[in-house]
Order: sequence, then structure tokens, then C-alpha cells
Amino acid sequence: MPRQDPKVRGKNFKEVALGYTDEMAVREANRCIQCPKRACVEGCPVYIDIPAFILAIREGNIEEAVTILKSKNALPGICGRVCPQETQCEIVCSLAKKGAPIAIGRLERYVADWELKHGSNPGSSSSLLPSSGKRVAVIGSGPAGLTCAADLAKLGHEVTIFEALHVAGGVLTYGIPEFRLPKNIVQNEVDYVKSLGVEIRLDSVIGKLATVDELLEGGYDAVFLGTGAGLPMFLGILGENLNGIYSANEFLTRVNLMKAYLFPEYDTPIKVGRRVAVIGGGNVAMDAARCALRLGAEEVYIVYRRSRIEMPARREEVENAEEEGIIFKLLTNPKQFIGNDQGWVTAMECYEMELGEPDASGRRRPIIKPGSEFIIGVDVVVVALGTTPNPLVPSTTKGLEIAKAGTVVADEETGKTTKDRVWAGGDVVTGAATVISAMGAGKRAAASIDAFLRS
Amino acid sequence: MYKILANEPLVPNIHLIKIEAPAIARKALPGQFAVVRVDEFGERIPLTLADWDGEEGTITVLIMQVGTSTQKLAALNAGDHILNLAGPLGLPSHLDKFGTVVCAGGCYGVGAILPVARALKGLGNKVICIIEARIKNLLYWQEKLQQVSDELIVTTGDGSSGYKGWAYDPLKEMLEKGGKIDRVFAHGCTFMMMLTSEATKPFGVKTLVALNSIMVDGTGMCGCCRVSVGGKTKFTCVDGPEFDGHEVDWELLAARRTIYLEEEIRSLTHWECQRWYKPIVKVVEV
Ligand SMILES: Cc1cc2nc3c(=O)[nH]c(=O)nc-3n(C[C@H](O)[C@H](O)[C@H](O)COP(=O)(O)OP(=O)(O)OC[C@H]3O[C@@H](n4cnc5c(N)ncnc54)[C@H](O)[C@@H]3O)c2cc1C
Ligand SMILES: Cc1cc2nc3c(=O)[nH]c(=O)nc-3n(C[C@H](O)[C@H](O)[C@H](O)COP(=O)(O)OP(=O)(O)OC[C@H]3O[C@@H](n4cnc5c(N)ncnc54)[C@H](O)[C@@H]3O)c2cc1C
Ligand code: SF4
Ligand code: SF4
Ligand code: FES
Repeated sequence: MPRQDPKVRGKNFKEVALGYTDEMAVREANRCIQCPKRACVEGCPVYIDIPAFILAIREGNIEEAVTILKSKNALPGICGRVCPQETQCEIVCSLAKKGAPIAIGRLERYVADWELKHGSNPGSSSSLLPSSGKRVAVIGSGPAGLTCAADLAKLGHEVTIFEALHVAGGVLTYGIPEFRLPKNIVQNEVDYVKSLGVEIRLDSVIGKLATVDELLEGGYDAVFLGTGAGLPMFLGILGENLNGIYSANEFLTRVNLMKAYLFPEYDTPIKVGRRVAVIGGGNVAMDAARCALRLGAEEVYIVYRRSRIEMPARREEVENAEEEGIIFKLLTNPKQFIGNDQGWVTAMECYEMELGEPDASGRRRPIIKPGSEFIIGVDVVVVALGTTPNPLVPSTTKGLEIAKAGTVVADEETGKTTKDRVWAGGDVVTGAATVISAMGAGKRAAASIDAFLRS
Repeated sequence: MYKILANEPLVPNIHLIKIEAPAIARKALPGQFAVVRVDEFGERIPLTLADWDGEEGTITVLIMQVGTSTQKLAALNAGDHILNLAGPLGLPSHLDKFGTVVCAGGCYGVGAILPVARALKGLGNKVICIIEARIKNLLYWQEKLQQVSDELIVTTGDGSSGYKGWAYDPLKEMLEKGGKIDRVFAHGCTFMMMLTSEATKPFGVKTLVALNSIMVDGTGMCGCCRVSVGGKTKFTCVDGPEFDGHEVDWELLAARRTIYLEEEIRSLTHWECQRWYKPIVKVVEV
């Protein structure tokens, strides 16, 4: 797939991957052998009929491809861009054994972009079922909340989404940067959900403005919690509160949600510094590092305690980051941060690590090499270690069972929680996961909520 | 969009702004704040709820003009709208019947302390309010505070009205004379809250301060507002803003509040140029 030149894209926030041309899409679609086993479908968490939509592309019937995709996935333009295809649909593609699986995600994106350009209107109210007279409150407007709300609205229920921030979209809006997922695509999906009759109330922090119990008493028949896993984790080591040390959430929120890359046109500032160290090896770390580069940092390091193959980030993004000149300091873990007398971070003392036996996650456990301490000079540090669910809703909702990790306990198939009339899904249940798994959970919960409302 | 119902300058650099916000007004409790984003370009800034009226559906904030966002807010008129307003945020003040309570306020904190004092009075405490200002002209809301306290002590840095000194001076004097004070609440600038805490520490009087760290979301999502209290990292927006002043790492808070000094000056200059020069340029073009 064509991409912006690394030297050019390292200085702008425009989308890196440019998408297939019509010819490229057809050529890729032609490679698909339409295997009867349909292994690829099993790899997709929402069971998209992959061979069928690829066949439609091959036959030049893109509108049909749109319909096939949208019947299972309300947000194909997003999933095609951000799904970890190499561990989901593409890894099980029959052609993967020969090392060249069909680029399913890229084809999905191609179809979604075609639709955006040719403007079909799937939100026309003719596809909605007649009103059921039931009301559902959806908390959070990330992929879980948006999907759940869309499905419930199509089934004829009156849905209100309550979102804490001033823009809808969850991580898609505040976390994943413009150059990987353009915000007009997210906005387009949000507009689609609104076109189904869903009301989105921004600036509404549930647990504060109203509790879940108040919503249930105040006229909502059911509540879906799609509040994500937004609470940042820190390392808990010396010097972590020094000026210049950000959580990835803060760094990315300033850049994406508050548009600090357009400062002073936009009022929210950000510190970039000359040398930036990003700690972590996931998508979040790659995004933060690549943002820092685009904001003008001269040297950007990814500091990760395991080796390259254990990195949980999408492979494509690791390659993109490397191409853009991000420096990988692998098998490295910070011991402490060192600051100057004005309270600014100036350096980071690190350990060298080596890999031991596999741990519970199946990855080899990193172990400190004794006496291996060394210093890296830095001006800004971004901690991208992961996140846990925000306790605002759990701590104010009676009768909701919470697991040790702070996640809400919910049935995997239905999303039902231990509290009557309350469902949950997405990162708030699983801990930080993926866009497509959050959507799958939103979908399953919508079906279960619908069944309950009709019983 | 949230409608501004009134914008009154109280003293030269502090404005009272009343905003239509029925849902927040219904739920607000003393010590809580709201996050405001004035316009499309705006930063998210926290402002303490200085008053509210659940029936009328309004909230009141006092803003001290220090930079771009507060200048933008002060420049709005009744009838204008602000783009975003989220609240009520933070934990409410920990109020109870303590006995004798001192409520100290400085800067915008003179207003922010009002709901705290009023609630404490309602709970049957003897409430002593102490407010401070650099000079007489910067004092405001004395009558309002008088109504909710048993005693109001006014201090000015230059002695132009009331006691010459700062809020912690009469407080220290009371404690040194052996006066029995069961609890102190302080709202104001970082320095004022630190000095108040230092004044009460030797006497072991529990002192609660409303910290003013820099925030982004105000919902616990970014960690920008982290402070150290009793050696533990806390998020001001969800664990506070009220903390035990004797446990706060003041040096860290003061340092973290200066992170963006350069950018704040640039931002203000940019906005002032936009605001004052652009219209003139346009007129010339026509
Ligand atoms: C930087 C970054 C990059 C990522 N990259 C990828 C990727 O490439 N591929 C991939 O598949 N996944 C990626 N992920 C993970 C993916 O984004 C998440 O798994 C997914 O967004 C979870 O969806 P969700 O709907 O459960 O929650 P979220 O997207 O987190 O949305 C939750 C929403 O709820 C709101 N909310 C929270 N509490 C309240 C409350 N009390 N009241 C009202 N609203 C509330 C939040 O403001 C938020 O908008 C990435 C994550 C991050 C942070
Ligand atoms: C819980 C809480 C309650 C507050 N209540 C009030 C109030 O009732 N009235 C009032 O006038 N002020 C209040 N403040 C302080 C107010 O938020 C800042 O003065 C305001 O954000 C400054 O923005 P600015 O753009 O005008 O100034 P800037 O030029 O951006 O900054 C001036 C100073 O304000 C602080 N500041 C900057 N940005 C932020 C931010 N996003 N969040 C917090 N502080 C920041 C910095 O220390 C900075 O040095 C409160 C702060 C907190 C944390
Ligand atoms: S939604 Fe994701 S996993 Fe499913 S087919 Fe599309 S890219 Fe693959
Ligand atoms: S497994 Fe691969 S080749 Fe087979 S149908 Fe699916 S995409 Fe096509
Ligand atoms: S302001 Fe973001 S966590 Fe407190």
C-alpha cells in the first residue's frame, strides 16, 4: 500500500498510509482463492464474511461489499486501519502459510473509503425497526458504546450516550493520532450513529453528574457501560513526578484531543524537548513516539524491557516507527528519573534486561542484569505502560461486581453484569484490548439488552 | 453550549460569572469544581463552584484573570455562550460538626470558600472566616461571608483595611494565644495554602487545602494533575482537590505549576494580537 515518504511524514500529521487505488484493490482481491473452509472468517472477532466482500470487490460491486461489511461491522473504516490483522483475520488466511496472506484490513479500508467518497446513506431511517418505547443509557462513546448504541437504535430503542469529554469517540478521538486514524473518519462514524437517532450528551461525567442508579430510576430501562480503561499506570519509581514526565494518555490527549500540535492557534501547550524517551512497546508507545517526532523532537527512543518479537504493537506501526527514525532501546528498563534543581527531568537511569522463562502471558520474562545500570539523557519522558478502568462509575454504582484489576465483571456472551439492568463491554471489562473486541462486546450486549427489553 | 447569564467584575482582576447549567447545579456540593472550555481553540481549565442554585439551574464561578483562558472568559458578556462545561468534579469537601472552624480564603479562594463556610455553619460549627488581599481595593464578598460566619477577619498585605498581614497571621495569633480551633479549610493560591498549613502544623490542627494543580480532563484519565500527599502520588481531580495540607509536597506542586510558563506567555500574546489587531487589520482592508 502506498505510504507517505518517511522523511516527509515525520514532519506532518497527515495520514501515513494512503490506501489502495482501484487497480491495487482489485489485484489484491484477485489473489484471494475463495477457500471453502473460510479460515479467515474465524479469525475476525465479529465474523465478517471476508470471502464474500472480497468477491464483491473483484466483481467491481463495491456497494455490495459495503453492505456485507456493514452488516457485521459498523466501523469498517476504523477497523481496516487499526485492527491487529496479523494476529486476527490475516494470520489464519490460507495464504499466510506461504507468507503472503490477503491484506484483508487494507481491502476493508478501501471499501470504507469508497463509501465515504461516494456517500451512500446507510443511516436512512427506513432501516430502523418501529419504536419500542424503551430507553437505554450508554455510558462512554468509544467503539463499545458507539456500536452498542447503533445496534439498539436500529432495533427501535431510544438511546442516549453520555460522554465525559467534549468530543465523542473515546480512544479513537483522544488516543490514536490523526496520522494513523484521521479524525474525519471517526467523526463520520459518530455522525452515522447520530443519524440513527442516538442522542450524544457530551461533557457528562457519569458518577458525578448522575449515577447509574439515578439513570435507572430516572426513566432509563437499561444501562450499558462502555467507559473503557482510561486510568494511566505509572512505574512507581523515583522521580516520576518530575516536570517533563507525561503519561501517554496526557501526551496523546494534549496532541489529539486538544490539538497542541497547532499551538498557539489552539490554547493547549505541550513540551516536546530535544530527546524524548517513550517507555513501553505497545500501540500506545508507538503513537506517542511518532507524535513526539512530528512535533519536532530530534531523537526519540522507544524503551522496552523485552525484545522486539514480544512487542504487542501492530507490526505495521513498529515498521513505520523504525522507518521514520525512532530509535529502539530494547531489553532496557528504567530504574529512576533524574532531575535538575528546577524540578525538570534531565536523565533516566536504566537497567539492561535479559529474557528468562516464559511467564503467564507466554512471553519470556524480562530479568534485570545485575550491575548493568546506565544513563540516558532525556528532556521529556512518556510513560506508556498501559491503563486500567477508571473507578468513577464502579465506585458510585451499588451492586456492581468489580474484579481485582478494577475491571467490571460481565458475562462474556451477553455483557450482563451482576447488577440488574446493567450491561458492560469493551476495555472496562477486558482491560486495555482492541477496537474490534470492544465493538464485538458492544454488539453482543445490544442483542442481550434488546432481548431483555422485549421480554 | 452553556449560556452566560451574568459577568460582573468584582475587583479589577476577578470576575463573577453566572452560567446556566441546571444538571450541574442540582448535583453540586461544596468543594467541587467544573472544567470549562471556552471555545473551539480553548484549553480545559478547572474552576471551583463558588455558588449554585438548583432551582434556578445556575452555577457561579469566580475567575481570576491570569492567562489566555481566564482572559477569554472575562471578556464574554451575558448572553454569550461557552462551548463546554463539565461538572461537578472532584470529591466534595469533607464536612462535619467539628466545633470551631477557620475558613481562610485568598484570590479566587475568597469566593470558593463561601459554600464551604455556609455548609459548615449549617452543620452547627462556629465559623471564623479569614480573607486576605494585597490591598483594600482587591477585597470582595465581605457581606456574603459575614452572613455565613460567626466572625469575619479581613487582612490586607499593606494594612489598608483590617488586619495588616495575610490570612495565616491572625490564624497563627489565635493558635498562639491558645484559642481552640478544630479544623481549618484554605482556598487560594499555592503559596497562601502552603503558609496556612505551615502555620497550623506546630499546633496539630488538621488543615484541608484545595490544590490547584494543572489539569486536562479532570476525570482521572491523564495524570497531569498528580501531586504527592503523604509520600503517595494522588490525582487532584479525582482524589481531591481537598487534601491534608500538612502532608502535601508543596515544592513539587509549585514546580509542576510552572511547566508551561513560556507557552502561557506566548499563548496570551497570540490571543491578544488576534483579539485586538485582527479587527483593525480587517477594517483597513475594507
Ligand atoms: C494510543 C492508543 C492506540 C491504540 N491503538 C490501537 C490499535 O491500533 N488497534 C486496536 O485495535 N486498538 C488500539 N488501541 C486500543 C483501543 O483503542 C481500545 O481497546 C478501544 O478504544 C476500547 O474501546 P472502549 O469503547 O471500550 O473504550 P474507550 O475507547 O476507552 O472509550 C471509553 C469512553 O468512555 C468515556 N468515559 C469514561 N468514563 C466515563 C464516565 N464516567 N462518564 C461518561 N463517559 C465516560 C471516555 O471518555 C471515553 O470516551 C489503542 C489504544 C490507545 C490508547
Ligand atoms: C481544582 C481547581 C480549582 C480552581 N478554581 C479556580 C477558581 O475558582 N477561579 C480561578 O480563577 N482559578 C481557579 N483555578 C486555577 C485556574 O484553573 C487557572 O488559573 C487557569 O487554568 C489558568 O488558565 P489561563 O489560561 O487563564 O492561564 P495560563 O496562562 O494558562 O496559566 C496561569 C497559571 O495557571 C495554572 N494553569 C494553567 N493551565 C491550567 C490548567 N489547565 N488547569 C489548572 N491550572 C492551570 C498554571 O499554574 C499557570 O502558571 C483552579 C484550579 C484547580 C486545579
Ligand atoms: S474487522 Fe478487523 S479482524 Fe475483522 S476482518 Fe476486519 S480487519 Fe480483520
Ligand atoms: S482465507 Fe484468505 S484466501 Fe481464503 S477466503 Fe479468506 S482471505 Fe481468501
Ligand atoms: S486532570 Fe487528568 S487526571 Fe486529573
